[in-house]
Amino acid sequence: MLSALFFYLFAILCVGAAFMVIAVRNPVHAVLFLILAFFNAAGLFVLLGAEFLAMILIVVYVGAVLVLFLFVVMMLDVDFAELKAGFLKYLPVGAAIGLLLLVELILVLGAWVTAPEIAAQAPMPPASEISNTEAIGLILYTRYVYLFEAAGLILLVAMIGAIVLTLQHKRDVRRQSVAAQIGRTREEAVELVEVESGRGLS
Amino acid sequence: MTVGLSHYLTVAAVLFTLGIFGIFLNRKNVIVILMSIELMLLAVNLNLVAFSAFHGDLVGQIFAMIVLTVAAAEAAIGLALVVVYFRNRGTIDVAEIDLLKG
Repeated sequence: MLSALFFYLFAILCVGAAFMVIAVRNPVHAVLFLILAFFNAAGLFVLLGAEFLAMILIVVYVGAVLVLFLFVVMMLDVDFAELKAGFLKYLPVGAAIGLLLLVELILVLGAWVTAPEIAAQAPMPPASEISNTEAIGLILYTRYVYLFEAAGLILLVAMIGAIVLTLQHKRDVRRQSVAAQIGRTREEAVELVEVESGRGLS
Repeated sequence: MTVGLSHYLTVAAVLFTLGIFGIFLNRKNVIVILMSIELMLLAVNLNLVAFSAFHGDLVGQIFAMIVLTVAAAEAAIGLALVVVYFRNRGTIDVAEIDLLKG
């Protein structure tokens, strides 16, 4: 009973926030509503017993990705009101296609059944014996270790790509040249001057 | 009033539809389009986790984690492209991204 109550709470808030994401005029508000939607989705994950993914969703997704969105929205000096023009022009066709898709999805939901001969690939151990995080770790680092490393590789490539794309070298900034520093010899760096006593240089 | 698998799938379907709707509604703003894609990926993750929980199969959660990884990479690259594009052209209007048209 209580879990049903929380399901409806999270589901309604999640869908409402998702609607506000695409409807509000100000993109900063859109990002904040997206954060709300992700928090409620994390609540749904907790209800489903996937605590680890719920925490990942909050820590990684809300903490990193959506804050990145927030930074980019605030950094770009764009007239967002102008971008919002044509909102009403696309409303009918968008609503029509969205409704069509929703009806199709709901029809699929009403009719599908699971094939009876399908067995679980990695049966979930009972929650009383082992926590969700531990169960995920037990198969993620053994059976799916290549997938895990491929995910790490994807993140590495994305990181390098984002840095390469946005890094810009300014002409008038003097930077350290390591090669020039190491390539210096004693002859060009140090000069011994015999100074006669009682007289200065020059 | 028990909450079953189809309840979760319905929420995910509505979220996915809202994501598609958002792409149509905000045809000009790349950032909102990226956010709509995030919504759709969230819906997919909700589906995966719901199936995983109701079938007692952990693979769905592993797969959801991989989807999260790819979504994070996609958001980082997409936002970097938006920043670079804004630096060069001074706008992020999708209708004006037509340099490759020749």
